[in-house]
Amino acid sequence: MKITKEKFGQSFDALAADYQIIAPVSDAGGVNYKAVKSFSEVKQDYLNSKLPPKSFLFPQHEKLLSYKKEGKDVTIKNELKVGKSILFGVRPCDAKAMLLLDKVFKNDEYTDPYYYERRDNSVIIGLACNKISPTCFCSSMSISPASSEGSDIFLIDLGDSYQVEVITEKGKALMAGLEELVELSAEEQALVDTIKSAQTASKVDVSTITAKLDKMFDSPFWDTLHEKCLSCNACSFACPTCHCFDISEEVHKNEGSRVRTWDACMAPLFTLHGSGHNPRDKKKARWRQRMMHKFNYFVHNNGDIACVGCGRCIKSCPVNLDIRQVIDGVNNVELVVD
Amino acid sequence: MEQNPYLPITMKLIKNLCETEDKLINTFTLEFLSKEDEENFKYMPGQFAELSAYGAGEAPFGIATSPTEPGIIKFSVAKVGCVSNALHLMEEGTMVGVRGPMGNYYPMEEFKGKNLVIIGGGFAFTTLRSMAVYMLDEKHRADYGDITVIYGARNPGLLLYKEELAEWETNPNINLVTTIDRPAEGWTKRVGFIPTITEEVAPSSVNTYAVVCGPPAMIKYTLPVLEKLGFPPERIYTSLEMRMKCGLGICGRCNIGPKYVCKDGPVFSMAQLKELPSEY
Repeated sequence: MKITKEKFGQSFDALAADYQIIAPVSDAGGVNYKAVKSFSEVKQDYLNSKLPPKSFLFPQHEKLLSYKKEGKDVTIKNELKVGKSILFGVRPCDAKAMLLLDKVFKNDEYTDPYYYERRDNSVIIGLACNKISPTCFCSSMSISPASSEGSDIFLIDLGDSYQVEVITEKGKALMAGLEELVELSAEEQALVDTIKSAQTASKVDVSTITAKLDKMFDSPFWDTLHEKCLSCNACSFACPTCHCFDISEEVHKNEGSRVRTWDACMAPLFTLHGSGHNPRDKKKARWRQRMMHKFNYFVHNNGDIACVGCGRCIKSCPVNLDIRQVIDGVNNVELVVD
Repeated sequence: MEQNPYLPITMKLIKNLCETEDKLINTFTLEFLSKEDEENFKYMPGQFAELSAYGAGEAPFGIATSPTEPGIIKFSVAKVGCVSNALHLMEEGTMVGVRGPMGNYYPMEEFKGKNLVIIGGGFAFTTLRSMAVYMLDEKHRADYGDITVIYGARNPGLLLYKEELAEWETNPNINLVTTIDRPAEGWTKRVGFIPTITEEVAPSSVNTYAVVCGPPAMIKYTLPVLEKLGFPPERIYTSLEMRMKCGLGICGRCNIGPKYVCKDGPVFSMAQLKELPSEY
């Protein structure tokens, strides 16, 4: 079934009254997700955003609580905020990444209320990739340019209209108002089939990487891998699955807030103890942590690789440290059998 | 909606006591403001909490009291950074924030019916004190066999909880061995590093668990001694420190391999640590 973009745009604009709508827009020489009021603001033709849409579930900088001190007393205010959102135009890689973040922000003991308030009140409208970037390798990560996993509603751009798939109950509820769905023409169906069968040209083999890394903590492989890395953290900040954060204090006179801010395992101070001891004081250890976390530890803890093949880390790295080559490198390591 | 684990409860600092002659370690006694707060803060020896000094920040510290001591919790904290400095300078009566209890704890159930050898060095004695007090409590003492405590510091002035140690000296329910690194005037007890003294005391490993906390070098040289005495890795426990923020297994910095020290630890057996990378 499909809907014309004109009809879709009218519904979109109407929904903007009740929902905060986050969608891709042209931004500083690229495309990024921003809050929009009208469908006319939405960028129609883009590969993917420079930064992932994760920041709408897990903002780069967020107040957890605020406080006011008076003499020896203190009053604390919870800064948890709720609001309904629609995330429009989310690519399959980023939609899958949100499923992975879901596992991080809810573990066997704790649920992160700041993340889940947004998550539970967001509807994800996914959009298939008609064009594929040379740095995309989602097809190697059990995703494809047209996979609907993680989306509540999934769209395929057919030019003047969208092919619509309603995936979840949440999506169904949102689509209730859209009655003007019509059948696809044979030509359009052929186009949908083509887009659905597309694969990324770039591929890696992750079939054995987790088991391999189980045995590679002390491998000499890590000795040189990190050498050109500048520890700039761009890869982590651009990554849709990176979720590490810092908690710090912002204070003015007797008032302040406790805030959380994105942090990254590539930062030398990330693990520095008060005593001065630092368990990951070498860049080598930090690069190993980055790879191990995504391709080994995360799998052990959550059953999935924490990489979706979006290729943003490849595009954003100032020294061309390409994670696909690192994966190949791990695959090529010959384990010493003891 | 379940409780927001990032929101601290408010507690009152009722005592800010300098423990050591170098004036670098203070013990903070915090009082619960309500019965409800206290009931929601059910903890066991070995757990920690995130302590907030509003205006400076939040940091994790092992709980030095035992759940058998009602109404209060205590932390003994070295002055090393922003939060600990603010706490050291804090006037009694000031309100602080506490999130917790967090992490796992010493396996007090598994220890039942066993002898315990508790080995501590320096100010890593806080949660060991919690465990010893817990076992010495009249409700629990009969559950455990002999309790031996080997506790050392660089000099007599750096030992924590001096009054309590004096009481343990004469308490028939606990065998206390204190030591200092080098001879000091007026000190009549043992002199020597923890590994050497452990070898001298030679606690039997039969039906016995060892719990070791202290500086990394102390642990490193004490483990072979325990091994020689016949303690298998499954019966040696320790508690680890890591830089932490959330304390909930989410923020990503305190991992050793796939384990988060804040949530899966801080208490690990040596057998468990042998399965993890040596990145701590």
